Amino acid sequence: MPTAIEFFKFLPKTNCGECGQATCLAFAMQLANQKATIDACPYVDGGAKEKLEESSAPPVRAITIGSGDRAVSMGGETVLYRHERRFVNPTAFAISISDTCSAQEMEQEVSKYLDMAFERVGTVFNIDMFVLRDDSGDPESFRTAAVRLRSLTDLPLVLESSSADVLSSAAAELRDVRPLIYGAGQDNIEAMVAVAKENSLPLALIGNDLDRMAEMVEVARKGGVEDLILDLGSSSMKHILESNTVARKVSLRRTFKGLGYPLMNLVGSGPAAMMKASLAVMKYSSLVVFDSLEAQQALPLMTLRQNIYTDPQVPIQVKEDLYPISDPGEESPILFTTNFSLTYFTVRADIEKSRQPVWLQVVDTEGLSVLTAYAAGKFSHEHVATALQASGALDRSKGPIVTPGMVAKLSGKLEEALGRKVMVGTMESSALPKFLKNLRQ
Amino acid sequence: MAKVPLPKEKWSGNIGSVSLGDGGVRAGGGKGMPFLSFEDRSYPRALIAGEVMDDVSDFPQIVLDQFGEAASDPVSWAEEWKARGADLICLRLLSTDPDRGDASPEDAARTAREVADATGLPLIVYGCGIADKDADTMEAVSASLAGHRSILAYVEEDSYKRISAAAMANKHSVLAFSNLDINLAKQMNILLSDFGVDRSDMVMDPLMAPLGMGMEYSYSVNERIMLAALSGDRMLQVPMVCDASQAWQVRDCSDDDPSLGDVAERAAWWEFTTALAALLSGADILILRGHDAMALVKEAIDDLGGGA
Repeated sequence: MPTAIEFFKFLPKTNCGECGQATCLAFAMQLANQKATIDACPYVDGGAKEKLEESSAPPVRAITIGSGDRAVSMGGETVLYRHERRFVNPTAFAISISDTCSAQEMEQEVSKYLDMAFERVGTVFNIDMFVLRDDSGDPESFRTAAVRLRSLTDLPLVLESSSADVLSSAAAELRDVRPLIYGAGQDNIEAMVAVAKENSLPLALIGNDLDRMAEMVEVARKGGVEDLILDLGSSSMKHILESNTVARKVSLRRTFKGLGYPLMNLVGSGPAAMMKASLAVMKYSSLVVFDSLEAQQALPLMTLRQNIYTDPQVPIQVKEDLYPISDPGEESPILFTTNFSLTYFTVRADIEKSRQPVWLQVVDTEGLSVLTAYAAGKFSHEHVATALQASGALDRSKGPIVTPGMVAKLSGKLEEALGRKVMVGTMESSALPKFLKNLRQ
Repeated sequence: MAKVPLPKEKWSGNIGSVSLGDGGVRAGGGKGMPFLSFEDRSYPRALIAGEVMDDVSDFPQIVLDQFGEAASDPVSWAEEWKARGADLICLRLLSTDPDRGDASPEDAARTAREVADATGLPLIVYGCGIADKDADTMEAVSASLAGHRSILAYVEEDSYKRISAAAMANKHSVLAFSNLDINLAKQMNILLSDFGVDRSDMVMDPLMAPLGMGMEYSYSVNERIMLAALSGDRMLQVPMVCDASQAWQVRDCSDDDPSLGDVAERAAWWEFTTALAALLSGADILILRGHDAMALVKEAIDDLGGGA
C-alpha cells in the first residue's frame, strides 16, 4: 500500500476541494488509510491512476460468490496477524450435496442446514453456501439437480465436477446467481477456464503444489478469468497450515505475485473435518466445505469464526439492557456492569455459578472495562441511574442495588440519585458466587 | 516453472525451556512460529496437563462421568490421566479454601506428594485463589515435592515473593500470571527475574480466555508475545502455559440445550477449539479438563506434525 506522500505526488496539488477534502494532502491521507478511492479526484491522469490502483490493490484479491443479499465476499485481506488490522471477510462454511440424491433427500438435506442457526451476542450464525457435487457424471442430471437446489435456497452455490462437459449447462443456466465453478486441476484447466470465462463466473483452482498452482493461475489469467479461489489441498492439518500460510505471506509481502487469491479447503466430515476446519478458520481459509456437519460441531466452529474475525480495535459490546439471570423476581438484587463484552461475560458466568437469581444491568460505556470507563467519565452515577431507569430495573425489583467493588465510590451518589439502598460488591468478579450466596442469607 | 519463495523469517531469538520432573520432561524451546516446519524443523511438542481437583463440588458432571470412579480421589484421577497419555498433572487444591473445608497446607502438600509418587509426572499445583492461604500452601507443597521439579501456580504482580521464594528453595518453576496484556506479561517476568528467579525456572500464563469469552484477545496477545520473543525480547522468551479448561466457564460449552447438539461432544469441541487456538498462538503447556478433548488435541498435534 502506497504511503500518503506517494499518493500526494500524483495529485494536482491545487487544493480544489472537489474530492470532498479541504486539501490534496488531506485527500492523500484518506487514500493511504483506505478511506477514499482515487476516483474521487477528477484531475489524476489515466496512467498515474492505473499505477496507483495496481499498487493499492489489496494483496489478496477480493471476489464475490452468489448474488443479492446472501452473496459472500472473500479475500481482500491485508494482514497476517489479526492484531495488525481486522481480518476482513469471515470464512464461509458450505455443505456438499450429491447430484444423485432424490428430490426429497435434497430437500431434507437443505432444510436441515438452513435450520442450523444459532444466536450469539446478538449475531445469528448459519451455513453460508451449498456445493452441488457431480456424482452422476451426467450433464443433464447435474443441471436438473442444480436448478432444484437453487429453487430450495438463495444461498450462493458451488458447482463441483471434474468434467467441464458436466458443468457447462448448469453453469450457463445459473450464471445470473454467480455460482463458483469447482474446479480446475492440471488436467482440465483449459476447459474449466473456458466455462468460467464464457459465463463470467469465479473459478476454483485445485492443486497441492504451490509452484504448479502459480502456473495454473497464469493460465487462468491468460484465459481471461481473474476471479479465482485456490484450493491448495487439505490432506493434513500440517499441509493446510503451511500451504495457506505461505500463500498468504508471499502475497502480503509481495515477494510473489501469483498466489494473491482467497483460499479454500475441502475437509470432509467427522472429527478430522472439524479439526481441519478450526485450523482453516484461524489460518486464512475463505471457504470451508463439509460433507456433513452437526450442531454440536457447528456452534463452536461458528463461535470461533466470530472471535477470529472480530475487529481487534473495537471491543465487542453488549447491548445496554437489563439481563435476567436464573429467573430473578421482585426481591432479587440488581447488579450492574459495563458493556465491554469480556467484562459482561465474566460477570455473567460468575453470577450463573452462584445459582442465585440476579438482575444484571449493562450500562453503555462504549466498550470500556469498569475502571477505564470510570476514569473516562463514562461510568458515573448519572450514567448508571439513567440506565437503571430506562430499563425499568427499578420497577422490576425492590432488591438491593450492587456496585462493582472497583467503583465503590459511586455508591453514595447513586444512593442519593435513586433514593434506594446501594451496596458495594466485590473487587473481583470471581468472588461474586460467595457474595451472592451470603446476600441471600 | 515458477518458484514460490519460502517466506522463512530470520528470527534472532527462541523460546527458552524448562525441565520438569526428574529432568526428563521439557517444555518450550520453539525456534519459529508454531508448527511451521519451514521455520523450525522440530517445533517442540506441546505438553498436556490433565486437571485434577481435590474437591469436586461445583464441578461439571459431564467431566466426572468421563472419569467415573477414578475422579473420587486425586491420586486415582491423576493415574487415569497418565494412563490416557497426559504429560503433567494440574492439581488444584481447592480444599484449602476457607469456605471448602480449609484444609491445612500440610494436608494439601501430602496430596501433592501422593499424586507425584503415584504418577511420576511433574505437577502444576494451584491453591484456592486466596493469596495468603496460597502462599502458605505453596511453601508446604514446595517442600513436599522437593526433588520432583514441578510448577507452582501462580504469582501475580502484587503477590509473588513468597511463592517465588518457595519455588526457588526447592528448584521448582513459577507460573507468572498476567491479565491479557503483553506488557504486563513482560513486566511479571522482569519482576521475577529481579527477584532472583532464573529464566529457566519461569513459565508464564498470559490468560487464555476461552472460545466465546474473549478468546480472540488471548490469541492475539499470545501471537504478539511469540513474535516479540522470536524477534529477540529476552524477557518474553518464557514457555507459555494456556489453561483451556476455562472453556467450561462458557455457557454454550456445556449447556444442556438439545438444539445446540449433543452436549458431551459439544463440550469436547469447545475445549478443543480453545486449545487449538492456544497451540497455534504459542502454547507450550496446555491445561485440559476433559479427556475427550485431550484425545482430540493429541490427534491434532500429530496431524500438525508437532514434536518431530
